[in-house]
Amino acid sequence: MPKERVSERSKEFSLAARAEVLEHNKKYSKDPVNAGLSKEDKIELYRKMIRIRRFEERTLRVYQQGKIGGFLHLYIGQESVAVAVSSLMGDDDHVITAYRDHGIGLAVGMSMNECMAELQGKFTGCSKGKGGSMHYFAPDKNYWGGHGIVAGQTPLGLGLAYAMKYQDKVGCCVCMLGEGAVNQGVFHESLNLASLWRIPVVYLIENNGYSMGTSQERSSAKDILAQRAEAYDMGWHHGNGNSIYEARAILNKAMTDAREHQRPSIVELMTYRYRGHSMSDPDKSYRTKDEIENYKKNKDPITLYEEALKAEKVLTAAAAKEISKEATEEAEKSAQFANKSPFPQPEELLTDVYWETDNPDKGTSGGKFFFETL
Amino acid sequence: MRNITYRQALNEALAEELKYDENVVIIGEEVAQFDGAYKVTEGLLKEFGPKRIVDAPISEAGFIGMGIGASMLGIRPVMELMFWSFAYVAWDQIINNAANVRYMSGGLTNCPIVIRGPANGGTAVGATHSHTPENFIANTPGLKVCCPATAYDAKGLLKTAIRDNDPVMFMENTILYNEKWDVPEEEYLVPLGKAEVKKEGKDLSLIAHGRAVITSLQAAQMIEEAHNISVEVVDLRSIRPLDEETIIESVKKTGRAVLVEESKPFCGVGAQIAATIQDQAFDYLDAPIKRVSSIDAPQIYSMPLEKIQIPDAQRVVKKVMEIL
Repeated sequence: MPKERVSERSKEFSLAARAEVLEHNKKYSKDPVNAGLSKEDKIELYRKMIRIRRFEERTLRVYQQGKIGGFLHLYIGQESVAVAVSSLMGDDDHVITAYRDHGIGLAVGMSMNECMAELQGKFTGCSKGKGGSMHYFAPDKNYWGGHGIVAGQTPLGLGLAYAMKYQDKVGCCVCMLGEGAVNQGVFHESLNLASLWRIPVVYLIENNGYSMGTSQERSSAKDILAQRAEAYDMGWHHGNGNSIYEARAILNKAMTDAREHQRPSIVELMTYRYRGHSMSDPDKSYRTKDEIENYKKNKDPITLYEEALKAEKVLTAAAAKEISKEATEEAEKSAQFANKSPFPQPEELLTDVYWETDNPDKGTSGGKFFFETL
Repeated sequence: MRNITYRQALNEALAEELKYDENVVIIGEEVAQFDGAYKVTEGLLKEFGPKRIVDAPISEAGFIGMGIGASMLGIRPVMELMFWSFAYVAWDQIINNAANVRYMSGGLTNCPIVIRGPANGGTAVGATHSHTPENFIANTPGLKVCCPATAYDAKGLLKTAIRDNDPVMFMENTILYNEKWDVPEEEYLVPLGKAEVKKEGKDLSLIAHGRAVITSLQAAQMIEEAHNISVEVVDLRSIRPLDEETIIESVKKTGRAVLVEESKPFCGVGAQIAATIQDQAFDYLDAPIKRVSSIDAPQIYSMPLEKIQIPDAQRVVKKVMEIL
């Protein structure tokens, strides 16, 4: 019998003091990728994190009003990771993620309006209300979704990166996944292919500790998940995702290796979600309230970055307050926008299924495509 | 006109499309150095090099998913499955990703991928290697599926599939790979969604796809010779999109239909065709619609029994005689 595995998360946070993240922020602020940031750049990172949090806090209320169907997987607590990714993306860099996808969507530049409308199933949503919370897409911003099946996006990310390589472009794909996805077979197939063919992909494990209600200790036979890369002769990095400076420094290294040297890798960033897995998660059975509160108090990526920026004299309390206020207002407006937006017309059920039926003038097929219509 | 094999026709289609569009790439197990498990890709590595013809490890979910991702950025991957039976380990990628990315993105994403390989029983390889999933695929909006029966159709349909901007699932047949048909030298395309009357007749319609078309043509000849009954054979060629018009036109002419397929019957393609016929040509029917399919059990290994399991011409003839 293996030794009983108990949740180590609470132990971890108590051992890792608030000072640790602050220390990391300080240390990694000197990394070249961060040292080169202007004051405005730094504030922009802060603003992006705040916008994600205020947006999602607002979506929670919209959900409670019964206007959002199905699932709503909130990213609150993990904002530094998505913002770090988007801040490093160039024109030929791409990103794809799983279903906890609002954060990276806003980070790459999607509007709160289209994101909020999508949650409400409105026609003005990013996917015309056809995708919902788990399926945000913004290909014009190199963001390829929002994918609902755990690890299902991992070979897709490989393919996006493969396309860059095939077309001789100096770009990479950051494929984000939760720590629960590392035990899916297709992820391992993707790792092997990435290394075998030297595909410029970075697998970014956002380790928030719990795959739904199952702690990492109860699901994975290893504590440092990124280390699985060694089995595929790939590099790996492990770091503190709550420090945006650290996240940027590590990701910059991994993305540069991918882009310039065709060396894929795994990056594991430790982070935490404050909310349940989705809305139906009572969040009582697998972790304690104390654990969540301690994270909020001691390891919150926004609070700690704010402190770092204040120490650097980049941000004042008044400016931080103003940024927060603006984000709250923007989120409020997006809720109003979504409320006022129309639902898609019934005809929309049958558009966007096939390129060909949407472009009848250019199609070559005959025959019937749909077998039950309006 | 030249007489070439179904295999050669597919090989020509691939070579022509590799020349036509530099974004076409062939990926699959044993497609390059080994020249293809069934030699469909023979010579392509030599002609086009390792960037265009790529040997994949045994990771169908991984490499098919990779192809789907690459197609979203404009690559046109033609993925070979050694058998369509192996598609099930990549099922999530095909059904959830290839079929849905366009819809879930509100039309912002395309997925111009082709997944091709043989899908047939009849070769004594047992239940795990004899699947015919065209009905599963056709049940999935967002996917297209075709099952060519002749070398001419195989070539023309594959070229069309590779140029198509939607995901096309292309199902071949190992028993047909060595069969020869007339195929013109000059380039041509066969559109998806267009059935073809392979043999005209006036008393009864046999409606089939894939190798069942060949079986139906044999049965038609036997019936005509033995009973002087004129049988029409309709080859669906594409399952989705489906050419209902040609089906209905044929049934209106003959008043009788027997639907032949090598797949299993329950929720099979024949069930859909039967529903279509009774819906659109009920008044023209002089007899109930009948179906002939594989015997409804997992594919058996034992050679003489597998011959019985898959419909042959005698079984088709017998079924036809029930309604004449």
